[in-house]
Amino acid sequence: MSATSGPHWERAERFLADTDRSRFHDGALWEIRRRRDQRARGLPEWEALRALGAQIKAHTLSRLPEYLVEFEANAKKHGATVHFAADAAEHNRIVLGLLRSRGVERVVKSKSMLTEECGLNPWLERHGIEVTDTDLGELIVQLRDEPPSHIVLPAIHLRKKDVADTFTRRLGAPPLGDAEALTGFAREHLREKFLAAQAGITGVNFAIAQTGGIVVCTNEGNADLGTALPSLHIACMGLEKLIPRGADLGVFLRLLARSATGQAITVYSSHYHGPRPGGELHIVIVDNGRSAIRAEPEHRRALACIRCGACMNTCPVFRRSGGHSYSTHVPGPIGSILAPLRQLDKHGSLPHACSLCGSCTAVCPVGIDLHEQLLLIRRRQVDGARPVPGGVRHSGSRQRRWLAAIASWVLSSAARTARLGAIARWFGRRWPGLLRVGPMSRWSATRELPPMPRQSFQQQHAARRVLRAGQAERERRDERGQVPS
Amino acid sequence: MAWASLELLEAHGADVDVPSGQTCCGQPLSNMGAAAAARPLGARFTATFSGYDHVVCPSGSCTAMLHRFAAHGASAPVPRVYELCEFLVDVLGVQQIEASFPHRVVLHQSCHALRELGLGTPSELGGGATPRDNPGRKLLAAVKGLTLVEPTRADECCGFGGSFCVTEAALSSRMGEDRVLDFERTGARVVTSLDMSCLMHLSGVSRRQQRPLDFMHIAEVLRGRPLPRPGAGDEP
Repeated sequence: MSATSGPHWERAERFLADTDRSRFHDGALWEIRRRRDQRARGLPEWEALRALGAQIKAHTLSRLPEYLVEFEANAKKHGATVHFAADAAEHNRIVLGLLRSRGVERVVKSKSMLTEECGLNPWLERHGIEVTDTDLGELIVQLRDEPPSHIVLPAIHLRKKDVADTFTRRLGAPPLGDAEALTGFAREHLREKFLAAQAGITGVNFAIAQTGGIVVCTNEGNADLGTALPSLHIACMGLEKLIPRGADLGVFLRLLARSATGQAITVYSSHYHGPRPGGELHIVIVDNGRSAIRAEPEHRRALACIRCGACMNTCPVFRRSGGHSYSTHVPGPIGSILAPLRQLDKHGSLPHACSLCGSCTAVCPVGIDLHEQLLLIRRRQVDGARPVPGGVRHSGSRQRRWLAAIASWVLSSAARTARLGAIARWFGRRWPGLLRVGPMSRWSATRELPPMPRQSFQQQHAARRVLRAGQAERERRDERGQVPS
Repeated sequence: MAWASLELLEAHGADVDVPSGQTCCGQPLSNMGAAAAARPLGARFTATFSGYDHVVCPSGSCTAMLHRFAAHGASAPVPRVYELCEFLVDVLGVQQIEASFPHRVVLHQSCHALRELGLGTPSELGGGATPRDNPGRKLLAAVKGLTLVEPTRADECCGFGGSFCVTEAALSSRMGEDRVLDFERTGARVVTSLDMSCLMHLSGVSRRQQRPLDFMHIAEVLRGRPLPRPGAGDEP
């Protein structure tokens, strides 16, 4: 987690205060979004592919226990060992146990949001094991003791100079100016780590029930190097990573890279069917609250997420507030659903970090209705119809509930609404400064309120109605007067 | 704005009533999560408007809210609600607009009209999606003297977002500012939209920063109303 704390709006304010950085961040991600849009438009079957992805995921989630059993059996046939972990702590214990029993002291790890979720790095480090993140972005944030700020682009919140400073401060690098030199330096540093590693940990993008194989997608080939050199490979995955058949993989590989970065396909899509000769492959499948979300009919489809990050890149809030403004390891729209579903109180501000523009829903490659899900979670906070698994009702909800009740009472009566309007217009005209203090100040700190008219449209319209009725009456009288008696 | 909408409908042959019992569709409450508090307002809407052939609303987001209510919350049939431009084009078949508006205009695509009502094709839709007409754009093109210009980001959210503009005030303002700057770069004199709430937020940001743009609801543009500040900000 980031060193900062507090609700999303407070963290967002901090990121926005550095105007240059937040504008750069917005621009960089907008460019990624633009590439994705271009790719999506260039593929005549794109929307059909999204629909297919959504259907396959919905089907898989409906039969998840069966597919887990099938996957385990088929993975074992290839000589892999499958472990099940109920929560983050069990996952970490399993991984530590595997490393310790084999005397491993140095580990290389490719990108895995699951290990971020479980806090694996600090856990292993506390137990004397050196972990090196080998994805370039992950390495940069690891050297800075920061969490990744984006699930695909972990260091997108940083600028070239920040990276150079980090390499100098932590690795004693000479001052380096351009991206190529920085990458070259990181490559040198990582090569030593790869050669010395006794185990490689990877995430999993897709686990295929029918074949028992797993697929890991990277652009840097770091997962391949990390699993090719050491003899022990530990692959960590959330249980929602399953897909039924090998034939389904093509759908998701096409969706994933296009949605994530606008590439046609990731540079490396590596398949692991069992360990390499003489080696070991352990697959750790983690629940950690996923079954509880699966049991929620309204939210089950949030588990379809393939972690492409498209919802983040398109989100006007994320682009401006940065990943560290979210109180959770998966930021952005999808994170603002998954985290509050687990701990509503802790992550209660996230569902409100959304203007409901709906762009996330329009890009999601597996058809998650993200903005609708956020609205449903807000509804739980305020209406509180049902308790949330593992969570308590958000403490900010009482204020919203009262506000809503009062507003509903006023707006349920035309007379009360008219009176409120009259009061607002009167104050707005006489004492516009009054709206700069109190509850309205959060609006008026940066925005002018519109000038207030003397009368509401309804009053003016009613006046016209009376006027017209009078006119019609006069015309009728005139007509009668003209008729000769 | 309301008068301009009324005149527009009357000018194209509609017999328009403005029922006096109407209040609010309940969207602000629903969007902050207070669905229960919003429900009586939906019921009130049904009672007030059920006797009419068509209901027309000069706001995309209120129309979207009423569609949601009709789909999920209503206990009785709710009359079909149309956004103003949608009604003019799809129901009244309007092709010609009498007004003249000799200014450079940029259209702010409000998210709810675009993505919830489908009045236009969002920029992020991919291959194979059915392109959708934007009735507002169609009507603006028919106005004499009007030059429609395009912002760099076709349909980025303005940051109003209902309760969002208060809970996330700083972000909301930045989003508004970015939008205003994009509009300004087009050389437009007037920003127009199907949604008054987006315009209120955008003009609020713009006026606080004393920027040259004017903000007018699309009904006002389609009626050829005078600029709110005729002297300010000369046309490029």
